[in-house]
Amino acid sequence: MKEFLKRSEGVWLFIHSPAAILAALVALLTFIGAAFAPWIASVNPYDLGSFSLFDGLLPPVWQEGANPKFLLGTDDQGRDMVSSILYGARLSLIIGLSAMVIATVLGVGLGLAAGYYGGRFDAVVMRIADIQLALPAILTALLIDGIARGVLPADMQQDLRIAVLTLAIALSLWVNFARTARASTFVQMQKEYVQAAIIMGQRPIRVMFVHILPNILGPLLVIMTVDLASAILLEATLSFLGIGLPADSPSLGTLIRIGMQFMLSGEWWILWIPTLFLVALVVSINILGDFLRDVFNPRLR
Amino acid sequence: MVYFIFKRLAQSVFVMLAVAFLAFSLFRFVGDPVSQMTGVETSVEDQERLREDLGLNDPFVLQFARFTGNLLQGDFGFSYRTRQPVAEMIVTRIPATLELGIVALLISLFVGIPTGVYTALRPRGFVTQTILMTTLIGVSIPTFVIGIMLIFLFGVQLGWLPTFGRGGTVQLGGWESSLFTVDGWRALILPALTLGVYQLTLTMRLVRAEMMEVMRSDYIRFATARGVPMGRLYFRHALANTLVPVITIVGLQFGGVIAFSIVTESVFQWPGMGLLFLESIRFVDIPVMGVYLVVIAFFFVLVNLIVDLLYVAIDPRLRIKDVS
Repeated sequence: MKEFLKRSEGVWLFIHSPAAILAALVALLTFIGAAFAPWIASVNPYDLGSFSLFDGLLPPVWQEGANPKFLLGTDDQGRDMVSSILYGARLSLIIGLSAMVIATVLGVGLGLAAGYYGGRFDAVVMRIADIQLALPAILTALLIDGIARGVLPADMQQDLRIAVLTLAIALSLWVNFARTARASTFVQMQKEYVQAAIIMGQRPIRVMFVHILPNILGPLLVIMTVDLASAILLEATLSFLGIGLPADSPSLGTLIRIGMQFMLSGEWWILWIPTLFLVALVVSINILGDFLRDVFNPRLR
Repeated sequence: MVYFIFKRLAQSVFVMLAVAFLAFSLFRFVGDPVSQMTGVETSVEDQERLREDLGLNDPFVLQFARFTGNLLQGDFGFSYRTRQPVAEMIVTRIPATLELGIVALLISLFVGIPTGVYTALRPRGFVTQTILMTTLIGVSIPTFVIGIMLIFLFGVQLGWLPTFGRGGTVQLGGWESSLFTVDGWRALILPALTLGVYQLTLTMRLVRAEMMEVMRSDYIRFATARGVPMGRLYFRHALANTLVPVITIVGLQFGGVIAFSIVTESVFQWPGMGLLFLESIRFVDIPVMGVYLVVIAFFFVLVNLIVDLLYVAIDPRLRIKDVS
């Protein structure tokens, strides 16, 4: 009953928050566009045969000299900007979502166990978390990426680029989850239902995941949202720095990096459209995160 | 007090040792140092001799001890890429990054604290709402995009400011400073803003939250009732009590500033440590990567040590607790 009230309250708040609705709409459209990119996009930007240099540097349709076939214009290679962005968003979201999921599983698992067992295990996990928290995520991600470059043989590097990037981002984001899960678990451990479950002789794994986890989902959901935004930003930043994805499989960050070369010439759309798209996506996810935080924490309202 | 300082010093030494160990592990286990240092034409015997000379066949603990000893003496080894001593490469880059970071931090404090106080005192005002909305967007815009936007606006469209490099520099002893030339300041403005904006939003939000908390407390209500002038109330009574968390965040922000200077330096081609680190990652130049970490950690530990000592200076309660 309580859960039901909370949820309906969330719905009420949602309907009355234009910012949240708009943000949800932007995020949803991006997700759909990215998921169905191969069917929506007119060309496949990775397939060299599907575009031609003759279509290069066409402006968006509302400007003079445009070709209506290319809604947002083309880049210097003649790639359709809409298709590039859809595929770029697809890569960005795949990496961002997988990194977020890995960070959640790792962080929540460690946090739950640390909160449940306490003692030395807790101390070790939290010391590691403290040390990592002192290092900003971007530094951690860069470092892990650098190590992977040194460890992996050269011929595997290209194939594993996405996996390395995902892992680097995930490993720099797990701390938030671990700390929150641990703190919430501590609170739940005092409750009678947990004590009862333990006394009944249920196995620790079951107590942690069946009993405690559902009761600490609220704050975790907020962090998942915020960290998805962080993961997307991190990926974009790494790709922009030229450490992430290469130019032949561009994510949003790579597109912006390519667009930088056109800042001084008149082709503004190659730089600004992907940039605007990235910012809109991240702002939307952050607004949703803020909204969720308000819903789960009535004190802040 | 002495005990407190001693304890913090011991912790700092431990952190530095941990980072040195990380740097050492990087050097020792990521790729083979010998094959990195030699070419294809080097004979196996020569490689073995180099391995022996570098002490890579010695026990692990001994190697780490030697590595740490060398670090302490300022011997940071040689870069795989340029074959130069790493110490030289890093030291010449330190001033650029530190000047950029400190100016960015100052921007963050001198703009962030007043706006934080203002938005806390007028929580429902139009200006406050606008500022808060802007910061929410500001947090979501990646550093590199802020840099691109500033370059585009002030560098390309208006043509007011240079968009890359440090401008004119002056040699002060071994310190290459760009703070003493007009040219240098002009080159510094855009990167420092780029780097400062994100930290600024953090400072502002923290000061605002702390300020709102303090303004609700009894002693402020009492001071208001007593008729303490508003200016004195806000800045002497209220703000003073938000300083401890603010100082803490400055310590933490320093790490953020240094890390994000990697991005800023890349956007503006600023010749600092961050750019060097980025190059070393691209070329898997492990010695440079390791030493960069050690140097960064050293600054970080130093700043946080100073912050801890400042606590005691700022908050009299800590001194009393220490006596008891």
